[in-house]
Amino acid sequence: MATQHSRSAARIMMAPAVILLLGWMLVPLLMTLWFSFKKYLPLRGGDLGWVGFDNYVRFISSSSFWPSVQATLIIVGGVLAITIIFGVLLAILLNQPMWGQGVVRILVIAPFFVMPTVSALVWKNMFMDPVNGLFAHLWKFFGAEPISWLSEASLQSIILIVSWQWLPFATLILLTAIQSLDSEQLEAAEMDGASPLSRFGHITLPHLSRAITVVLLIQTIFLLSIFAEIFVTTQGAFGTKTLTYLIYQRVLESQNVGLGSAGGVYAIILANIVAIFLMRIVGKNLDA
Amino acid sequence: MARAVTPQRKALNTAIAWGIGLLIFFPILWTILTSFKTEAQAISDPPVFLFFDWTLENYSVVQERSDYMRFLWNSVIIAGGSTILGIIIAIPAAWSMAFVPSKRTKDILLWMLSTKMLPAVGVLYPIYLIFIRMGILDTRLGLVVVLMLINLPIIVWMLYTYFREIPGEILEAARMDGASLKEEILYVLTPMAMPGIASTLLLNIILAWNEAFWTLNLTAAKAAPLTAFIASYSSPEGLFYAKLSAASTMAIAPILILGWFSQKQLVSGLTFGAVK
Repeated sequence: MATQHSRSAARIMMAPAVILLLGWMLVPLLMTLWFSFKKYLPLRGGDLGWVGFDNYVRFISSSSFWPSVQATLIIVGGVLAITIIFGVLLAILLNQPMWGQGVVRILVIAPFFVMPTVSALVWKNMFMDPVNGLFAHLWKFFGAEPISWLSEASLQSIILIVSWQWLPFATLILLTAIQSLDSEQLEAAEMDGASPLSRFGHITLPHLSRAITVVLLIQTIFLLSIFAEIFVTTQGAFGTKTLTYLIYQRVLESQNVGLGSAGGVYAIILANIVAIFLMRIVGKNLDA
Repeated sequence: MARAVTPQRKALNTAIAWGIGLLIFFPILWTILTSFKTEAQAISDPPVFLFFDWTLENYSVVQERSDYMRFLWNSVIIAGGSTILGIIIAIPAAWSMAFVPSKRTKDILLWMLSTKMLPAVGVLYPIYLIFIRMGILDTRLGLVVVLMLINLPIIVWMLYTYFREIPGEILEAARMDGASLKEEILYVLTPMAMPGIASTLLLNIILAWNEAFWTLNLTAAKAAPLTAFIASYSSPEGLFYAKLSAASTMAIAPILILGWFSQKQLVSGLTFGAVK
């Protein structure tokens, strides 16, 4: 019963949320676009006039741009690979009959609730420290030379920390999806003599494909902008300067707002490409 | 599950799952254990696991030295305030999307979601500038507003999915009985949707509590929440593992407990219902 009256009421009710989000999106976005075409140095003269696409060209041709893209891709790719592979395995394991399943779930999901600055600090000091870290003790126990993780294997260390944080998310979503799998289908396949591996490949994995895609897209969006993990551990040193961190340094550390804004526009474009795919999947689900 | 499983198989599953579960949980467990050690025991070689002199000293030292309670209070206000404000703004919006849907409802929902994808670093300076101009840099009010805006799409989305489950006839009946729109939402819809509103509240408090980009970049001394408090420990000042652990434990304990209660909502909230 959608009368004319309730329609206009609906519009008014929706207005605050829509207007706020519109403002939150448009105002900073337009300002970033504006700055990106200017030479703007807040500490050295402020607004020094229009420079066209100069900032865009300079950002891309700077010597730290491609390494930062590479670092971003390695971290995002590494974390995605680890969390999805282990997430699928863990989800299958947790779906098996066992004692104390609820407790195991609680243990596995816990890292997701740890704030990024805490997990980065705990890993950095208590595990990866080359003198007092647990890994150092472990290495010494086996007679090996302790590694100073965050400088010698910096990218791997960051990938490990971030994967630990995101594995629970991937596992929980994949577990939810796996629980909706019809077990009779698996049983029928088993009776027909399908091996566990082919049952996994032909039934479980296709069933999970949608959930895997969702995990992939959502994590990519979050991982593209990881910040605290790098801020707390290496501050962008040892080849861990991601695109996000590079932009952050341009804007806040070297106070070159024009250049940083051009970088920001690149980051926004990148994130939007991923977002479009995610929207398609979520949008399809809305019709169902 | 119709299939019978042998006890041996079940025992094996249990052993592997518990082993992996404990391995994943270990860094948290280790942090909690270390928080009860003395600084000397915290770095002893070889490390001690359980058999040490348990002490609460670190907790009182952390509180004394860095005024932990102030940061905790900031976190509570920022996470709680932004979530409650978000829910107040989102309830009417979700009501109109769920009960008076139009052709554009789906587009509006997707558009709201897309604002969430905007990388924060891309708009850091404009927000910074606006905050300075408005005089809300390093204030709790500023962070409440930003985190509310960040989480608003998730809040609207979650409430919308919960509201859709409620039969519209009940609201209509209330309207027939002469309830105004305000009364309808306040006294009929909200109580009925309470479980959904509660899960939305829980998940978004967790997300706001752990948010670490805006909280690190928009606060200094006054409004800094726990994320920034912990980050200040990143510059080492001698041996401090036990105190770092105590501080970390205090920062994550409340949210860990809330999180365990809301793990089911995590899936629906963060995947926007795309995985069931």
